[in-house]
Amino acid sequence: MALEILYFAWVRERIGLPKERIDTNARTVAELVEELKAREERYAVAFADISALRVALDQDLSDFSASLEGVREVAFFPPMTGG
Amino acid sequence: MRIVVQEQPFDFAAEATAFAKGRTDLGAVITFQGIVRAGDTGDMERMVIEHYPGMTEKALQKIADEALTRWNLGDVLVIHRYGEMRAGDQIMMVATASRHRKDAFEAAEYLMDYLKSRAPFWKKEYAGEGSAWVAAKDEDEDALSRW
Repeated sequence: MALEILYFAWVRERIGLPKERIDTNARTVAELVEELKAREERYAVAFADISALRVALDQDLSDFSASLEGVREVAFFPPMTGG
Repeated sequence: MRIVVQEQPFDFAAEATAFAKGRTDLGAVITFQGIVRAGDTGDMERMVIEHYPGMTEKALQKIADEALTRWNLGDVLVIHRYGEMRAGDQIMMVATASRHRKDAFEAAEYLMDYLKSRAPFWKKEYAGEGSAWVAAKDEDEDALSRW
């Protein structure tokens, strides 16, 4: 399936791009992360500690064990600092 | 209810005056304005706030909807900026209106607590040659547990 992946803040900086479209068979966010980490060093560095990261599926906060079924947009970012 | 996410400054006084104007059923209006601090060491020159267009509006809407179900509110306003700012600049504002003050006060605090760690904004501070992403604080996450 095709997924739009977005990166924000230091995750974007470490990976070096704001978004990309990928084809994947990953069933969960965790599987997708493993797939990305295996790609290149910069992904492995960005995803080294997922406890320091948050994930949103189709613009709703989710978690790394969540299913990707029917999902079109996945975003990875550090804990938010609004206000 | 009004939710605004914008890059340009807003007119706090005009927004506060227009908010809930003419609503004679509402006896309390609370307004809060967030300002860029100079940083704990005082050497921050500028701050850039990144956000997630689409999700930001959705997240703020969800937080405001939840406030409306928890408290008896006549109106809610949230304005949050993104982009480049300097110390002393306004970042955001929240306004709540209710019949009696307790609902408006509590809802305003709830909105602030949630939009600090549940709305997709990220702050980066610049000083001299250096820059650093602002780290989320444990106490911001802990603040949510009281609701």
